[in-house]
Amino acid sequence: MSSITEAIAISSEKIRPHQLEVERLVRRISSIGICVLAWHLASTHHVDLGLVTFQNVPSPQEVLAAGWELLQSGKIVSHLTASMSRVFSGYLIAVVTGIALGLIIGRSRTSGDTLLPPLEMLRPIPAVAWIPLSILMFPSSELSMIFITFTGALFPILLNTIHGVEAIDPRLIASARSLGTGHGAIFTEVILPAAAPSIFTGLSIGMGTAWFCLVTAEMIAGQFGIGYYTWASYTVQNYAEIVVGMLLIGLLGMTSSLAIRKLGNAMMPWRVSGANK
Amino acid sequence: MMNLLAESSPVPAIQGQMQGQIDIKNLHIRLGHGKNEFEAVQNVSVSIQPGEFVCLLGPSGCGKSTLLGALAGHLAPCSGSIQVDAQLVKGPHSDRGLVFQHHTLFPWRKVIDNVAFGLKMKGLPRAERHERARELLKLVGLAGFEQHYPSQLSGGMQQRVEIARVLINHPRVMLMDEPFGALDAQTRMMMQELLLDVWERIRTTILFITHDIDEALFLADRILVMSPRPGRIIEQIPVVFTRPRQSEIWTSDHFIHLKRRCLELLHLKNADFPLRRLTPLGTAPYP
Ligand SMILES: Nc1ncnc2c1ncn2[C@@H]1O[C@H](COP(=O)(O)OP(=O)(O)O)[C@@H](O)[C@H]1O
Ligand SMILES: [Mg+2]
Repeated sequence: MSSITEAIAISSEKIRPHQLEVERLVRRISSIGICVLAWHLASTHHVDLGLVTFQNVPSPQEVLAAGWELLQSGKIVSHLTASMSRVFSGYLIAVVTGIALGLIIGRSRTSGDTLLPPLEMLRPIPAVAWIPLSILMFPSSELSMIFITFTGALFPILLNTIHGVEAIDPRLIASARSLGTGHGAIFTEVILPAAAPSIFTGLSIGMGTAWFCLVTAEMIAGQFGIGYYTWASYTVQNYAEIVVGMLLIGLLGMTSSLAIRKLGNAMMPWRVSGANK
Repeated sequence: MMNLLAESSPVPAIQGQMQGQIDIKNLHIRLGHGKNEFEAVQNVSVSIQPGEFVCLLGPSGCGKSTLLGALAGHLAPCSGSIQVDAQLVKGPHSDRGLVFQHHTLFPWRKVIDNVAFGLKMKGLPRAERHERARELLKLVGLAGFEQHYPSQLSGGMQQRVEIARVLINHPRVMLMDEPFGALDAQTRMMMQELLLDVWERIRTTILFITHDIDEALFLADRILVMSPRPGRIIEQIPVVFTRPRQSEIWTSDHFIHLKRRCLELLHLKNADFPLRRLTPLGTAPYP
């Protein structure tokens, strides 16, 4: 790790990497600031562009007030813990099944032929369509919700794992075998690390799609969850609260995707280009 | 003191008979499926002595890599047999190391862990395998690069790590498929000298594929010349320049005589048919 940062430091003598990082952070934060400003202007001036209108869109101030109210009520902790435990449970199950299935399918044509067709058929089915069946199939609504976030996370992880395994240079495996690597060790010592960059791409996308399915999943929740809060606000037409829910989901999704990416970079220090992304 | 010296040698003294005798008998290899099936290697019979340096010379697409793949145990012959030290080759083994034209180092392992990989597979403890890896890295002139990742090295350095990684297993045979083919002329000459130097110290049988006549003449004890597809061995040329060889031999009369003979055998005049570059493991990932 240190030798890589050294290499980067040498390649860009003039600009210190630390300074560069600060600059990039400022740029990223101001980008969000500009979006909020545009939203503020559009909603307070009731901009009407014909095709799209901001006449009834709540302003940032109203949303902030609604958010403050949610914070004051103390329910936010229950909402957050409920949603996070659902998303992370579904995600974790998807990680294990997605990577395991992906390794098997990527390595053997026969298992690909038998396992892929049903999976490919299930893939286009949107989370909403799963609601009735998941209520029927699982004993508790909690499990149904976990299942729906699972369906969201599974496919990006599965497909990226398959792709990563199939893209491995066959010479790499031949060399490893000629160095005395047994059949089991090939998986742990060669295939898994060789596919790791692609697997982490899948893990990061899958984290996002798991959050993406949260509102759908929590339509069947009784009491708590950010998705439930958003959906419940819609049924009583409280638009400011809806936006609070939307923003919370966006924020949580972004943060956890970012955390997965950082974890990936930390676990794959050999990827110089990935280290400064 | 004596003890220290003995331990610092990367290879234990050779005890008894040298290993690495290769016997290939009536070998036929067919590639492709169904209608596209064809004979890539036809009736090859050859014996290689322990510790011998043999170059396999032939036009592109004649079946050199296929033959090497079968020796490594990655390809099953259609008929005939391959034996190494009277043992039938049935699959890949650390006794038969492979070096390709482009390195196959593990990008996620540091140089030292790449070199030590074979010993890890043998179950040696970490400290011991790192010590041995360090010795081999010194042998190929890469002391100080232990903590680098392969992508941080030049092409020539990567091939040196690759050679060290194979040699740490003390293979009976080292199989090299145009290992210096992708390097620039100067680096290639340096690598040829380094390989000979390493081979003087760690004596192992080497089968070295090349389509560069100069390279074959500089390195080999014996050159096997293959015909265009289907690959057969059409001539064996002993090369008897004294070792250690210096680049002066390139201009000697005998060298030029042998080179002319090789050129005749390769019919370079009508050898300009373009062939897709494939390895026996599939399409080559590099052009
Ligand atoms: N997997 C494969 N399937 C079909 N044909 C192949 C395959 N690998 C190599 N070939 C063909 O077999 C012949 C011999 O290939 P190869 O042994 O790689 O030649 P060389 O190494 O001498 O250039 C070539 O004509 C090549 O196109
Ligand atoms: Mg070849």
